Amino acid sequence: MTGEFIIEVSDLTKRYAGHTAVSGLTFAVGRGEVVGLLGPNGAGKTTTMRILSCYLPASSGVARVAGFDVFTQADEVRRRIGYMPEHNPLHLDMRVRDYLKFRARLKGLSWRRSRARVDAVMERCGLTEVGRRIIGHLSKGFRQRVGLADALVHEPELIILDEPTIGLDPHQIRAVRQLIKDLAQNHTVLISSHILSEVEMTCSRVLILHQGRILAADTTQNLQKIMSDGGMVVAEIAAPIADLRACWAQMAEVEHFDVAPAEGDYLRCALTPRTGVDLRPLVFAQVLTRGWVLRELTRTQHSLEDIFVHVTRSKPEEEEG
Amino acid sequence: MQAYLTLVRRELGACFVSLTGYVVIASVLLLLGFSFTDLLEKLSATPNHVPLTEIFYSTLYFWLILLLTAPVITMRSFAFEKFSGTYETLMTAPVSDLQVVLAKFSGALLFYALTWLPLTGCILVLRYYTNEPTVFDWRSLTSAYLGLLLIGALYMSMGCFASALTRSQILAAMNSFVLGLTLFLLSLRSLVPAPPVDWVAQVFNYLCLSDHMEDFVRGVVDTRHLVFYVTLTAFFLFLTLKAVESRRWK
Repeated sequence: MTGEFIIEVSDLTKRYAGHTAVSGLTFAVGRGEVVGLLGPNGAGKTTTMRILSCYLPASSGVARVAGFDVFTQADEVRRRIGYMPEHNPLHLDMRVRDYLKFRARLKGLSWRRSRARVDAVMERCGLTEVGRRIIGHLSKGFRQRVGLADALVHEPELIILDEPTIGLDPHQIRAVRQLIKDLAQNHTVLISSHILSEVEMTCSRVLILHQGRILAADTTQNLQKIMSDGGMVVAEIAAPIADLRACWAQMAEVEHFDVAPAEGDYLRCALTPRTGVDLRPLVFAQVLTRGWVLRELTRTQHSLEDIFVHVTRSKPEEEEG
Repeated sequence: MQAYLTLVRRELGACFVSLTGYVVIASVLLLLGFSFTDLLEKLSATPNHVPLTEIFYSTLYFWLILLLTAPVITMRSFAFEKFSGTYETLMTAPVSDLQVVLAKFSGALLFYALTWLPLTGCILVLRYYTNEPTVFDWRSLTSAYLGLLLIGALYMSMGCFASALTRSQILAAMNSFVLGLTLFLLSLRSLVPAPPVDWVAQVFNYLCLSDHMEDFVRGVVDTRHLVFYVTLTAFFLFLTLKAVESRRWK
């Protein structure tokens, strides 16, 4: 039971006075995976992470990290995780090196090992030059790296990062993402985010959370595949508008179509196929037989954004925030 | 143990990197200076045979220092960490709640003890200029320090408790000041009207802090007073621990 999955969560529920933050959550994360928890604000991402990091107890259900129960064996769990909370709180009055040293000692590393590890994570997170600076004087990007270094310092089996790129500028976001990608090569990482492109870029698997429930859980590619089945085909063709309309209306595979003028003589046709059909060869065949001119033929690839909107749309969204 | 020591060191360090620590030390020095001149005047006016520490203690300054410094030293212990969010990183590190509570308390107590060190200086100055060996009686001085430490421990534990209840440092300081002031006022019998019920009067009598302090400054270490301070301190630390654990009850 312990070897395969590092996180096992079953039927996890957390109720605060008056509302349920997480209800009936069940999922598992295997060793070496990079999993993204995706959801709008208030979906229960932070609560889930706080339970996994033993900060809050669950109201019901079981959560295990590396085979240890987060409630009854909290000490064992805490030793094995590196957790960076939302907004990355740090002791702003300390120097970078002193802070990391303090955290390493707090996490039970011996004097000598803590020194070696602090050097290693500072190198890894690009903090070597700012080691003597006071954390409060650093830019947000550097502070984020300090938070990451803290999460890594005791070589945890699992790294939990809550919104690691929130409030950073694009350059810093890129740097932090690169760091996370590097980590992914030899750590298990659980990231939460409400930015879809981020999860798409860094994670191999996504759990979409909405109002405390998992709406979808799959690899990013699979989710895209599911969505691309219903993906639209766009074709720009130079032909009389009446001919085009007649042609699409005849085709049984086209569920819905829309023809609109594009620049020049071309008309832009947006075709929605019936499920499971790839319209592109059919469109090409039509163009060929009728002697039209085709200048563009594409199938829209759905980003996670669409998937996200797709799965969350069906639920009422009045309780966000 | 390692986590505890690391935390104590951090707590002490935090007092010295922020301005608060130096402000506390400076104010204590000022009040000590006042009480020192007061003491000199008393000594030069009438020949005295009571131990020096007792005269020192009998001035109002001692209580002023205790009542004012305790809230300031302890207010940041939990409240500031909760406010800044570092409480979450602290509580997800492999440390137990008890370790955290004890470390915060010890850090505050150590800092409090440091602020009292200049008192030794005052007494050394006195000894140097009077050439009177009895002035510097190390036994009465040690027991006075022990008393200071014990009453300080009680006030620090109350401060930690107040701090563990809230996210706001100001609220924490006010709560601990009110707690400390109440305990102090209860021991001023002239201010509190004599309770009509006998057992209440007895409880008030027992809580009288100055009674418990007097023996210490005279150089007498009495176990009754030791027990009084240690149990009350332990009680407030227990409450602090429960306040820290309470996040799991919600």
